[in-house]
Amino acid sequence: MTSAPRDREIAVVAFAQTGHRRTSDELSEVEMLMPVLHEVLDRTGLKTADIDFTCSGSSDYLAGRAFSFTLALDGVGAWPPISESHVEMDGAWALYEAWTKLLTGEADTALVYAYGKSSPGSVRDVLTRQLDPYCTAPLWPDSVALAALQAQALIDAGDTDEPALAAVAARNREAATANPHAQLRGPVPQGDYLVQPLRTGDCPPVGDGAAAVILAAGDRARARCARPAWIRGIDHRIEAHALGVRDLTDSPSTRLAAERAGAFERPVDTAELHAPFTAQEIVLRKALRLGDAVEVNPSGGALAANPIMAAGLIRIGEAAARIHRGASDRALAHATSGPCLQQNLVAVLEGEPR
Amino acid sequence: MSKEPVAVVGIGQTRHVAARRDVSIAGLVREAASRALADAALTWADIDAVVIGKAPDFFEGVMMPELYLADALGAVGKPMLRVHTAGSVGGSTALVAANLVAARVHGTVLTLAFEKQSESNAMWGLSLPIPFQQPLLAGAGGFFAPHIRAYMRRSGAPETIGALVAYKDRRNALKNPYAHLHEHDITLDKVMASPMLWDPVRYSETCPSSDGACAMILTDRAGAARAPRPPAWMLGGAMRSEPTLFAGKDFVSPQAGQDCAADVYRQAGITDPRREIDGAEIYVPFSWYEPMWLENLGFAGEGEGWKLTEAGVTELDGDLPVNMSGGVLSANPIGASGMIRFAEAALQVRGQAGEHQVDGARRVLGHAYGGGSQFFAMWLVGDRPPDS
Repeated sequence: MTSAPRDREIAVVAFAQTGHRRTSDELSEVEMLMPVLHEVLDRTGLKTADIDFTCSGSSDYLAGRAFSFTLALDGVGAWPPISESHVEMDGAWALYEAWTKLLTGEADTALVYAYGKSSPGSVRDVLTRQLDPYCTAPLWPDSVALAALQAQALIDAGDTDEPALAAVAARNREAATANPHAQLRGPVPQGDYLVQPLRTGDCPPVGDGAAAVILAAGDRARARCARPAWIRGIDHRIEAHALGVRDLTDSPSTRLAAERAGAFERPVDTAELHAPFTAQEIVLRKALRLGDAVEVNPSGGALAANPIMAAGLIRIGEAAARIHRGASDRALAHATSGPCLQQNLVAVLEGEPR
Repeated sequence: MSKEPVAVVGIGQTRHVAARRDVSIAGLVREAASRALADAALTWADIDAVVIGKAPDFFEGVMMPELYLADALGAVGKPMLRVHTAGSVGGSTALVAANLVAARVHGTVLTLAFEKQSESNAMWGLSLPIPFQQPLLAGAGGFFAPHIRAYMRRSGAPETIGALVAYKDRRNALKNPYAHLHEHDITLDKVMASPMLWDPVRYSETCPSSDGACAMILTDRAGAARAPRPPAWMLGGAMRSEPTLFAGKDFVSPQAGQDCAADVYRQAGITDPRREIDGAEIYVPFSWYEPMWLENLGFAGEGEGWKLTEAGVTELDGDLPVNMSGGVLSANPIGASGMIRFAEAALQVRGQAGEHQVDGARRVLGHAYGGGSQFFAMWLVGDRPPDS
């Protein structure tokens, strides 16, 4: 590994998101995204022409058509032509690509956005298509069933039980009462088993949403934001795909990403975890060594709103927004992708001392 | 802090064919990656991160296949990024990987792009209807043929130019063991006698549908110093995008392509691309795009590109060889096609291009485009590090 200094300071200077909803039939992806793009630009006073690099995250399989991201690009206003890229990943990874672009010095500002509409199809079925196409996908094991396997493994290991999972669900939805963008705000019944041991309350809401973030380097960041959320470290790691070769009660990729991002160098006061299922928060808290002093998911997390492809970027945005408004000095943000937390990203954000 | 110079020290391709029924998707990508590692004399453990790209997931019917490919590409415990920028994706993927090295985030990165078109049907993968949105015309040829007609009308190019490009590229492919099409009995007459598919594009002026993968190992100065073979150095790289459709869009010579090339030339200190660049691997899926892109890239003035083709300038032994490998017209694993252009450019400046080597190639352009002529990715590579 190269360990040369990466001395360019880069910060999240603005964040915006939709109100996440169960359906948005009346809106195309572009129509859903546009207000968010306008809002995030307005927050910084920047115009499209001021953005040096644009990067987005979305999925053709959610949109149900090839090259779906090209439609969103029209909404961005890519004229005159822009320097632009796209990842078929959660927007958190689009932010990572933009961060590397800014590190090279080729860009000083970046617009990062992500969106996903789960409402047009059955997202549980759609996500089976991301499994090993020869050995696993033909069995159509859906995302809730796989998360239930993970939850059961955790219970079997003595790491949690159903009341503890219910407490995770309740705490996140309680936190979401203060989040006007959340889809589920306030208490939700734990309900019946969806796939044992997971009850409906243990699972994320299915919904549509979009989010956008603006990154800026150095003095450009200070000029656009009273208290920039400086990215002190960001890293991501992937694990093996086959569930049978993984210890589902642990998340070594999260731990490694956190180490690389410098998360363990000093305690954080806030953590925004991308844990769509209650049991996954237990796994992540352990991997990230989060103590009781850390405020976890003050936004309500993915259990309150889980627009696929955007939910990870929203964690970074929510963590940054807390720093912007002085509610946090050092926050950790986490994003995940793949079945049972296969791939994980960790960012450490800090505000300057007040 | 200046950027870290980026070197290509390993290149691997599969033999591109219509259907690789002998390997899974994982087997296909691992074959290309293993060859790139062997070329660089590195092992999986030497790789810090993996950046993978491919065109739409519908082309294989696997959503975000990088999740499943993590094991096959030795990515477990490492960062893995998946890029998707339409047809330009192979080039964009290489540029994203290059940025990881340039930013000193990683020392050595494996980048790879693939398509296994035989798993599905790309034409229908592109043609999904959706309410309230204009469906794409079935097949890319139907989309691009009218723009070729516009070029012919504007430039006054003779009808035969397209056939000359196809005849050249298919002959070049005979010298490239990895090319999909090896038409040993190709003649200009045969190209011109082939059936008209999308007027003016004939069957023999169209890219094939291929299974294939291409991989590169990108590294920093220290990595390049350890490499057993001469590295190719990245002298400039850029991406540009513009909307699909808008009033005033020039499909014949899109502004995004011009801007992208200008950015690459600025980074590399190129002021006269025609004289200072020794060859180009250009994304030409339909024959006529050679003269069109020659103009868009600044190798010829407006309306003059076809004259270079007609005069033989773009032949393998010409003054500005184009698509020495046989190009997209001779192998098109869609998501990989852009990276193959980038890799073939690197092979040339490394002197590793075998029978299709251009003598003394020192600076070669790799080019990719995608979508409705709206996404562009390019790099210029040289046999020496930048500003050294």
